[in-house]
Amino acid sequence: MAELQRVGEVIEAGTTAFTAQCYELYQIPPLGSLVKTGDSATELYGIVYNAATTSLEPGRRPIARGRDETSEEAIYRSSPQLTKLLRSEFGAVVVGHKQGDKLYHHLPPQPARIHSFVYQCTLTEVMEFGQSFDFLNILINANLPVPAEELVSASLRQMSRAHKDPRAFLVAAGKELAILLSGNLNQLKAILGRITPL
Amino acid sequence: MNLENSQRLGIVVSGSLGKGVEVKLDSSASIEDMAVGRFVTIEGAKRRFFGMISEVSLGVTDQKLSLTPPDVSDPFIAEVLAGTSTFGTLHVTPTLVIGGDADSLLEGPQPVKTVPSHFSVVNLASERDVELVFGTEDEKRFFIGNPLEMETKLCLDLEEFVKRSNGIFGKSGTGKTFLTRILLIGMLQKSQAVNLVFDMHNEYGWEGSSEGFTKKVKGLKQWGQAKVAIFTLDKENSNTRKVPTDFTIQIGYDEITPEDISVLRSTLNITDLAVEAAYQLRRRLGKSWLRQTQELSDEELKDELKDTNIHESSLQSLKRGLGVIERLGFVVPQAPEDAVKHILNHLDRGVSVVLEFGRYREISAYMLVANMLSRRIYAQYQERSEKARANDTALPQPLVITIEEAHKFLNPEVASQTIFGTIAREMRKYNVTLLVIDQRPSGIDSEVMSQMGTKITCLLDNERDIDSVLAGVSGRAELKSVLAKLAAKQQALVFGHAVPMPVAFRPREYGSAESYREFAVRGKAESEKDIEKLWE
Repeated sequence: MAELQRVGEVIEAGTTAFTAQCYELYQIPPLGSLVKTGDSATELYGIVYNAATTSLEPGRRPIARGRDETSEEAIYRSSPQLTKLLRSEFGAVVVGHKQGDKLYHHLPPQPARIHSFVYQCTLTEVMEFGQSFDFLNILINANLPVPAEELVSASLRQMSRAHKDPRAFLVAAGKELAILLSGNLNQLKAILGRITPL
Repeated sequence: MNLENSQRLGIVVSGSLGKGVEVKLDSSASIEDMAVGRFVTIEGAKRRFFGMISEVSLGVTDQKLSLTPPDVSDPFIAEVLAGTSTFGTLHVTPTLVIGGDADSLLEGPQPVKTVPSHFSVVNLASERDVELVFGTEDEKRFFIGNPLEMETKLCLDLEEFVKRSNGIFGKSGTGKTFLTRILLIGMLQKSQAVNLVFDMHNEYGWEGSSEGFTKKVKGLKQWGQAKVAIFTLDKENSNTRKVPTDFTIQIGYDEITPEDISVLRSTLNITDLAVEAAYQLRRRLGKSWLRQTQELSDEELKDELKDTNIHESSLQSLKRGLGVIERLGFVVPQAPEDAVKHILNHLDRGVSVVLEFGRYREISAYMLVANMLSRRIYAQYQERSEKARANDTALPQPLVITIEEAHKFLNPEVASQTIFGTIAREMRKYNVTLLVIDQRPSGIDSEVMSQMGTKITCLLDNERDIDSVLAGVSGRAELKSVLAKLAAKQQALVFGHAVPMPVAFRPREYGSAESYREFAVRGKAESEKDIEKLWE
């Protein structure tokens, strides 16, 4: 598991979602990507739904510094403390967990612990997780600041990359959505429009 | 079960025994591949059900979808929605059930008494399933065609078939004659019954014309020289057509009875009183009444009838009618030989008789001859059967009489008078049954229709005809939709006694050298068997 990419650390955790801070500024996993955290006994899977880069201290807002600089990179070069004063965080909605070898597409018994490491899932893990579309129901019904159709379509686009036949994967997912959203045609149309393979 | 060659269609979602079950199609099954009349199996928890598709419809989960259709020009969206938000449904009428355990496998398919449970899987019936239901070609079963859209052979149990009167219906030009020819050959090869065919259009005996009148197809005689005799009413015409005939039938005046005139009443356009006059004359003048009626002068006749209430005009009406009969070429003052005896002789030897009418294609000739001969043959059969029952000996060989234009004989007005009405009703008591060919089944007496064992029908489009053919059949509404959707040619629906369930089929090919070979293979096998029998 050496290729596992550690992307951050949990700084806030609830049953349905957790927030993690990135180790490197702007090294945020993409929207909709699958991340995991937890210990060897229980691994929690989450889908990135939100990300933000803010000042370390809530009361202290960054100020514009680039008037005399030639490029954006130059700003960071001339003020190296900036990378330490700013931080990137992302939120992930919990969509399943793994106990031992068994994968469950529902909420874990315990939430993540603070300071647990958060890893970006490998393609194999993404593919394994995508065997079942039960997580779509959690995403659609989660009460999140991001519109559900954006999140669902982003996560499906991300997952489809791990599959050999992305189109077949998206069609299967679309069919699952058509059943879940049988009463909400507009939302279904919005999602299908966002995941249409090129 | 044999999943490899059965194709999954969907699952049962609702239904009832009376109305059949609704099946939601899987997204993988295209609704355009479905067709009414196709067979499906439903895998219930304990039993397998066998049924037929009787309706195909479209459904949507959300009505909004039909109001604001999605952009289906995008193949992705179309593919996603197919089978989920938009789906096809089938209406399936289960007709037979095949039990899962060994005992019920031996018993074979049974009539259905319940419905499969919710979400039972529905498959397209495999060839093996169809064989299980309809049997395979054997000693008694005859291959008549293929169920629609299938390669399986549909076999008809001819032994059962000839036990009752049967009907072949269909609009003109839908293939009735074609079907009848195949069936007659089948009976010749497979059943114990002998046939007497009243062949109005000279189609069955030696050779017939296939559709388009360009190609000749083999008739019965060419399949079994020894088992078929061709009788003709019109020797000259038969010779012109180079048909080898075995006997020329002539009918003597004294063979015609007032009953024959009575049947022809509407055809000859004579009055009821004229028929009554015929009865009176027969009583007074005896057997030679017809000849005398024509020979005696009006005065003498009036003298004969003076103490009856027969009016002059009725007599004239009768004379006019008799004149039509006398002008028929085969009616002679004195028949050289007894035609009925000849026919019976052949039938007794197991030789089927095809009676060609030559040029006498008018309905009056056909009705007169068919009715007269059948009545006397039936009387003989009746006598023999009764004797056989009394003495506990073998019953006479089963006889199947084939008549065309049956509604003329079997309409409610004359069905009670013609012998065919009696045969149809009394059925197999005396081992005589009918094969009725007709294009206007609504003209046939409903009582006669209800007694028919097996009905085979090609396309019918008159509402009344369809109703009368399907009267009294369970699942009428479903069959109606199948019947109305048959192709105009080479498709037929068979239901009734000789088949376990109604089935739409495409009759087997007949007319090409290859098709003859297929028929011949069976024939040869039988003759070999006959030879083997000699050594037993």
